[in-house]
Amino acid sequence: MTGILGRKLGMTQVFDENGRLWPVTVVEAGPCGVLQIKTKENDGYESVKVGFEEVKKEKRANRPTRGICKKAGLNPCRIMKEFPMGDLKVGEMVTVEKFQKGDVITVTGISKGKGFQGVMKRHNYAGGPKSHGSTFYRAPGSIGASSFPSRVWKNKGMPGHMGSERVSVKNLKVIDVRVDQNLLLILGAVPGAKGTYLEIKKES
Amino acid sequence: MNLIGAIEEGFKKELTDFNVGDTVKVYIKVVEGDKERIQPFQGVVIARKGSGARETFMMRKISFGVGVEKIFPVFSPNINKIEVIKRGSVRRAKLYYIRAKKGKAAKIKEKEFST
Repeated sequence: MTGILGRKLGMTQVFDENGRLWPVTVVEAGPCGVLQIKTKENDGYESVKVGFEEVKKEKRANRPTRGICKKAGLNPCRIMKEFPMGDLKVGEMVTVEKFQKGDVITVTGISKGKGFQGVMKRHNYAGGPKSHGSTFYRAPGSIGASSFPSRVWKNKGMPGHMGSERVSVKNLKVIDVRVDQNLLLILGAVPGAKGTYLEIKKES
Repeated sequence: MNLIGAIEEGFKKELTDFNVGDTVKVYIKVVEGDKERIQPFQGVVIARKGSGARETFMMRKISFGVGVEKIFPVFSPNINKIEVIKRGSVRRAKLYYIRAKKGKAAKIKEKEFST
């Protein structure tokens, strides 16, 4: 697996060599410094800790982050994540060069917050008719049967807070890689607003 | 540092100046099997939408009595050339009303140039 951290910049359209227009999300990915290698003997599992986006002033990173980064000989970074990657050494950089045009990737991020929402938006309930004297518009309706089970089943869809949660989108395609600008152009949409931090993973 | 703007800017190329109401001839690259040829499409520009590198234009012509409309991205690499045949004088930015007009009523007045 190859993993990299990035930041969503926004969406645009690009032409391919055949003149077709594709909708793409532009992601500024890496360079991510390798901060720590976790091994089976030492930590019980194997993984590589990488950091993304150097902080402008060292004091803006907290002390544990500063300690980890200092040990690796890199500048303190804003976010850190672990990926099960092999063949890397502490102090090396993971860049977009690890990705190629046509790669299938998984992108994880925090989705846009929608606030407190009703069941129609949150759980795709149908709601009621809007006209013909109906007074049953966007309510959930019945939430269960009577004497059995005499309670509401767990996981019953109800109104509540929607969005701002960790979402992964699988099988996204890389349309273009711009190494000099550290950019990945990904076909279609990815979770979150502009500026959201993203984890980008590729099998193999 | 506007990286998205830079990506869009990269697709821009030199463009023939044309406006809504103009009669233009667009030379489109068509790939058939492994052969590539140029197909012209002549008609009236009835709308231009969007801005920057993402701008598109809509063309309309009457082909064998049937109205045909096509939408192209202005900076599409499949457009070989855009040729302005006639400059039209119109008072709207979108000429959707000519869809309902026939014959002489659908004609667009030619622009008069003062030298």
